[in-house]
Amino acid sequence: MAIIKYDILVCGGTGCRASESHRLVENLNKELILHNLEKEVKVVTTGCFGFCEKGPIVKIIPDNTFYTQVSPWDANEIIEEHIIKGRKIERLLYVDPTSQLGIDDSKHMDFYKKQLRIALRNCGFINPENIGESIARNGYAALAKALEHMGPETVIDEIKRSGLRGRGGGGFPTGLKWEIARNNVSDIKYVVCNADEGDPGAFMDRSILEGDPHAVLEAMAICGYCIGANHGLIYIRAEYPLAIKRLRIAIEQAREFGLLGENILDSGFSFDVELRYGAGAFVCGEETALIHSMEGKRGEPTVKPPFPAEKGYRNKPTNVNNVETFANIPVILLKGAEWFSSIGTEKSKGTKVFALAGKINNVGLIEVPMGTTLREVIFDIGGGIKGGKKFKGVQTGGPSGGCLTEKHIDIPIDFDNLIAAGSMMGSGGLIVMDEDDCMVAMSKFFLEFTVEESCGKCAPCRIGNKRLHEILHRITEGKSSRAELDTLKNLCMVIKDTSLCGLGQTSPNPILSTMENFLEEYNDHVDNHKCVAGRCKSLLRYYIDREECVGCTACARVCPVNAIVGEKKQLHAINQQICIKCGACVDKCKFNAIILS
Amino acid sequence: MTKIKTLDDLRKLRDSLRTDMNIRENSEHPDRVVQIRVAMATCGISSGAKETMDFFVSELKKRQINAVVTQTGCMSYCYAEPTVEVILPGQQPVVFGHVDPVKADEIIESYIKKGELIDGIIPVNHKEVEQDNRRI
Repeated sequence: MAIIKYDILVCGGTGCRASESHRLVENLNKELILHNLEKEVKVVTTGCFGFCEKGPIVKIIPDNTFYTQVSPWDANEIIEEHIIKGRKIERLLYVDPTSQLGIDDSKHMDFYKKQLRIALRNCGFINPENIGESIARNGYAALAKALEHMGPETVIDEIKRSGLRGRGGGGFPTGLKWEIARNNVSDIKYVVCNADEGDPGAFMDRSILEGDPHAVLEAMAICGYCIGANHGLIYIRAEYPLAIKRLRIAIEQAREFGLLGENILDSGFSFDVELRYGAGAFVCGEETALIHSMEGKRGEPTVKPPFPAEKGYRNKPTNVNNVETFANIPVILLKGAEWFSSIGTEKSKGTKVFALAGKINNVGLIEVPMGTTLREVIFDIGGGIKGGKKFKGVQTGGPSGGCLTEKHIDIPIDFDNLIAAGSMMGSGGLIVMDEDDCMVAMSKFFLEFTVEESCGKCAPCRIGNKRLHEILHRITEGKSSRAELDTLKNLCMVIKDTSLCGLGQTSPNPILSTMENFLEEYNDHVDNHKCVAGRCKSLLRYYIDREECVGCTACARVCPVNAIVGEKKQLHAINQQICIKCGACVDKCKFNAIILS
Repeated sequence: MTKIKTLDDLRKLRDSLRTDMNIRENSEHPDRVVQIRVAMATCGISSGAKETMDFFVSELKKRQINAVVTQTGCMSYCYAEPTVEVILPGQQPVVFGHVDPVKADEIIESYIKKGELIDGIIPVNHKEVEQDNRRI
């Protein structure tokens, strides 16, 4: 009999795979065979652990040892030291940034202490390519319970009472959405899973699909049962090859077990799921555009109503939910609406997954109860700002959201509080900025994104955003005026009010919220041609300090445009007309004689 | 694979699959289950700690006791190898010495199942040893 004494969990998410975690798995298995341990130790490729900053992650079970940044060449040491001799490998342990001590048990890491994982419950725990591990963790039990004991109305009622709201950004009550779709009479209906995750820096949907695809398939089947649909479609971007691969395997296995397909669990209910690939257009995350794209048309939004619940895919009633929303459903049915609604704030129940990105120590994926403050998320879980710099702001909700500052840092995060603060939940991307980030340049970055991603159907979004971007560009070049700041603000309001879909209606948000919170920075750019953060290159001047320059000519030789003039052993000077502000001279100068202002 | 037809079938399948996952489930909440640490330094291994550990892992599984069995380094009771530390949920750790499979069987049956203390406990409370010891 095989006695498994250890499970070695290796993260197989996209981030860790990019750092060769799949080769680490191969090497671990080779080492096990070499040491005749293959019957005692099992290597399991799991989904994302969330601690992407320090990937690839390896967790040794049962002692919960958490190794970070493990390379394929560490396999031998892990087997010989940890598995055979029982000695933890100090250099691979996670080092706590405050105490500077290695933490040997993941339970003691600040990163995990404040998290509550519902949607991510199986990510980093099960092998997503093995339906057995999902079933062992109650996979498909909620579907069976719904089919055998509950009936569609009771399920919808349960979801409604749980208070679950759409996690894709809108925050619409999920139970109500299902009820509307159920009440629309039609011979054919569709369930669509929106996996077109487009916000820069957000990767929660990808991680759920990579780490626990069965949860999403199960929830889609439950939804189909409730609204009377037999067809499920997952709209996923083609840039997510690993998620697509794991979904395909999951669908295949679920069919084999009779958990998808004809007559599921002998209930008479049939449901199957197909994949549809998106080409990575941001606007296709908007549900009407998504449906058009699935129909093979241009990914352009249309005016609502009619809502997809009345006329959606192929003009049939269609229920569209986001990946994370679906991932919550099975747990709600198994643990009950009361349990779910006991977590979170008054109007936002449950948890939310956030993708931490930007100038934060622990870049990664976390899940916290609604009502957790930004301070807890950024400083306790996220480990604070990189390099001990000062926190300046955090962009929530991606390019559609707003920028929150120091004064918002203690508000409990939920749908309504974020809107009241001038931002939004969005899909849960948190991009953290420090004192070196220029808010005007940041707005310009997001506008560049929306200009690129605008489908071009309506004038305010197509033309207006382009104009916004041009004004922002002029501000960062120091060629703008106070009057233009007013134009900028007015134009923002017009675009918000008149755009056809969510993309245009929210695209000015980064500008509006930074103008609200960092107006002095805009004024500084316009009046004094100054960028405090030192980001806007056109406003920077390099000059040579008279006292320090020894005339070594090193800077003149490295300058790519020959902007530096001066004789040997004489003071050099930079011709501002020619200088392209590349900074090469600063790096070269040994005497710190080149100064930036 | 035959298709699953009822909730009961699914439950049965789940329970049979769960035994393979128990090692992971238990390690999520080690304080809720029996924790066993086998000292596996060179002296422990040469006295048969590996057989003891194998015995615990396979027998606890067979006797359906939820437990986390891990190995540690030297516990400093070299005269009494193999040594095994057992922590029942919510209780102080107890260290047993000279644990061969026969002794291990006794530990499972008497101490783990019924909570009865048996011979072979290393008398000094191991916390005090840690406190008095100065390891530099």
